[in-house]
Amino acid sequence: MPTFVYMTRCDGCGMCVDICPSDIMHIDKTTRRAYNIEPNMCWECYSCVKACPHQAIDVRGYADFAPLGHSVRVIREEEKGTIAWRIKFRNGTEKNFLSPITTKPWGRDIPKLADEPEPSQEMRDSQLLFNEPKYIRMDDGDLHTLESNGLKMKEGVYY
Amino acid sequence: MAYKTVVEDNIDVLVVGAGLGGTGAAFEARYWGKDKKIIIAEKANIDRSGAVAQGLYAINCYMGTRFGENNPEDHVRYARNDLMGMVREDLLFDMARHVDSTVHQFEEWGLPLMKDPETGAYLREGKWQIMIHGESYKPIVAEAAKKSADKVYNRVCVTHLLLDESRENRIAGAVGFNVRTGDYHVFKSKTVIVGAGGASNIFKPRSVGEGAGRVWYAPWSSGSAYALLINAGAKMTQMENRIVLARFKDGYGPVGAYFLHLKTYTQNGEGEEYESKWYDHTKAIVGEYIDHHPTPTCLRNHAFIHEVNAGRGPIHMVTMEAFQDPHLEEVGWENFLGMTVGQAVLWAATDVDPKYENPELTTSEPYVMGSHATGCGAWCSGPEDISPPEYFWGYNRMMTIDGLFGAGDAVGGTPHAFSSGSFTEGRLSAKAACKYIDDGKGEGIVISEKQINTLREVVYKPMEHYKTFRNEITAGSVNPNYINPRQGLDRLQKLMDEYGGGVTVSYMTNENLLNIGLKKLKIMEEDLEKVAAEDLHELMRAWELKHRHRTSECVLQHTLFRKETRWPGYYYRGDAMKLDDENWHVLTVSRRDPKTGEYTLEKAPCYHLVSENE
Ligand SMILES: Cc1cc2nc3c(=O)[nH]c(=O)nc-3n(C[C@H](O)[C@H](O)[C@H](O)COP(=O)(O)OP(=O)(O)OC[C@H]3O[C@@H](n4cnc5c(N)ncnc54)[C@H](O)[C@@H]3O)c2cc1C
Ligand code: SF4
Ligand code: SF4
Repeated sequence: MPTFVYMTRCDGCGMCVDICPSDIMHIDKTTRRAYNIEPNMCWECYSCVKACPHQAIDVRGYADFAPLGHSVRVIREEEKGTIAWRIKFRNGTEKNFLSPITTKPWGRDIPKLADEPEPSQEMRDSQLLFNEPKYIRMDDGDLHTLESNGLKMKEGVYY
Repeated sequence: MAYKTVVEDNIDVLVVGAGLGGTGAAFEARYWGKDKKIIIAEKANIDRSGAVAQGLYAINCYMGTRFGENNPEDHVRYARNDLMGMVREDLLFDMARHVDSTVHQFEEWGLPLMKDPETGAYLREGKWQIMIHGESYKPIVAEAAKKSADKVYNRVCVTHLLLDESRENRIAGAVGFNVRTGDYHVFKSKTVIVGAGGASNIFKPRSVGEGAGRVWYAPWSSGSAYALLINAGAKMTQMENRIVLARFKDGYGPVGAYFLHLKTYTQNGEGEEYESKWYDHTKAIVGEYIDHHPTPTCLRNHAFIHEVNAGRGPIHMVTMEAFQDPHLEEVGWENFLGMTVGQAVLWAATDVDPKYENPELTTSEPYVMGSHATGCGAWCSGPEDISPPEYFWGYNRMMTIDGLFGAGDAVGGTPHAFSSGSFTEGRLSAKAACKYIDDGKGEGIVISEKQINTLREVVYKPMEHYKTFRNEITAGSVNPNYINPRQGLDRLQKLMDEYGGGVTVSYMTNENLLNIGLKKLKIMEEDLEKVAAEDLHELMRAWELKHRHRTSECVLQHTLFRKETRWPGYYYRGDAMKLDDENWHVLTVSRRDPKTGEYTLEKAPCYHLVSENE
């Protein structure tokens, strides 16, 4: 469902241009407002819709199979950690949904690995990754290997 | 062209493409390489790039070993069964034994994972899948990568890998251009980890016109993870193993949660169960594989396609029972809003309320990728403690070019890795890449000005070509001296569809068709020298097209080589309509000689570490 931009709401800030993974939200040189330059390369991923500070971007289902008269609107609030959706059917039916987008304040709980203690030589020589063996076994025991799991690599068709 | 050349020198780890695999690689590289220079080159904006741009509602690969649910070898058995035996079990086992640590970290980082209120374990959608509120999955993993990397270059489309000129077959970095400024970027690096993702839009999509962007895998998945490697001369594996998906019609909304969690099921247009009707028919092609559990994805497609071709379509998903439960109804809708919003838009537009109407399903056009129920990708080394000699050459996930690593869709023979497994593969690659550097394997790399300048010319050629010939015509897009990227893409898709086994031919191909297809691709390659780009955006589309073209060529070469029908429902070799374990219980490995453009194909042994049955 390609995006389009409401003339009266867009102020040309460029947030949508910055985020679109398909590079198809561009600023029109004459109106200085954003528009979708290549609707047939739009995935209706809503990245631009969520990023627009003025709710200026909306989506209209692909002309070749989606009849007019519907809407799916979204408000993503980072501080609250929620996303709210409103679906309006062609026949007027409405459905609303609210979901969490994170459980932690942004930017705080992802470790900066440069500040972690240097891995030991033993760790380097092992098959372990950062933070392991935590979480990989019930008993936080060692990594699974062929030996520990009684397995053998065999060449062949039926085994 | 007046564009600047920007050189980033002395890089240790260059990550090309920061989707799920690339972010995992950049993140982990910092731990093993505290003082190493880690750089990311990403075509879009890392916060919303790749297949997970709009989020995911499930993590499809989680063992739950901690909760006593599955062991790594169980996952190997599952993936191998689903892919009709053809997987790299060493790589799968390795991914599976680490993936849980990745998923638990995601939870620590703030990704909302749903919990089973009774057991405290993650809420299962199916045996391997757990449910999440994953709208911000990509921004969260992007933050992890940004914290580790020295620098992130957003909007740099990588076009070529650089090769060392002092030693044969060693990586030296990559080049590309900035889609905004136009600058030419040169990255000189000891190692490169490619996570540039799989390929959509190779086969003609069912939806054309404005709806052509409505593909299953993202329209920006340009097969760069394959073309970059093939062009550099890396060996590829299982490239014939394209995937076809049974999805909700036109929106391509996911069906996993519907089948597994909501317990909806399919029926034909007459309201009958149809899969069992095709049992004998399927058995005649694949033998006892039809008796495996769960039924392999391709074989379920096979029944679907044949039932529709027999005139008993459409196939419906029976949702009307499950959706009477308001909780399940909510899950059904949120599933779309979390990862395929377009499906919600489509149902709103067409007044399909699954509570009162069973929606239609369809089988998609084929896709080339390596982390879903398919294993296309590079031929990589496994880990030293698992892999047999044929699968091991020093560093985990290193390709057949020294210092070149991969993650996610780039790695071949590893289906069912999904988002979490791709991130995990990135982590494994990063550790191995750091070890490669610490072992001194990346010393003394030489990149001549000549290599850099030659590639610079190649990169901007589509824009030069446009300037030269544009004014020969009055206006419009018809020009005797060039085609634009869209025209080229349409040609590629038609060709791949008709000769390579797309939807309009019910996924059928044969040796004659493949040979014609390859011939047409060769001619198209000449025309691709004349592709014209009006601006930087079109220049990116031109390079995406070239990458898709190269990927397609490799797919046809592999399809031609494997003389059997291994995955009915993904594609059919009409001239070899049976699965042939005697001759083809092997992995296919190809290499394109970068100098001559010739392909060599060989069979590699298929090692198993688990038996088929538990
Ligand atoms: C509709 C859909 C539903 C899915 N559902 C699930 C699910 O429910 N659960 C699950 O676990 N997995 C799911 N997956 C699978 C998951 O998304 C993939 O397995 C995973 O994203 C693959 O990771 P990757 O790193 O290989 O590719 P991607 O994540 O696609 O990353 C590729 C990156 O490379 C960049 N890039 C591409 N070309 C270039 C270039 N030339 N230069 C520079 N950068 C480049 C792209 O911009 C992108 O950032 C789903 C995928 C899709 C499309
Ligand atoms: S983000 Fe919104 S306001 Fe800003 S340019 Fe785009 S459409 Fe206009
Ligand atoms: S919906 Fe996605 S693909 Fe379409 S314009 Fe917006 S960001 Fe780009």
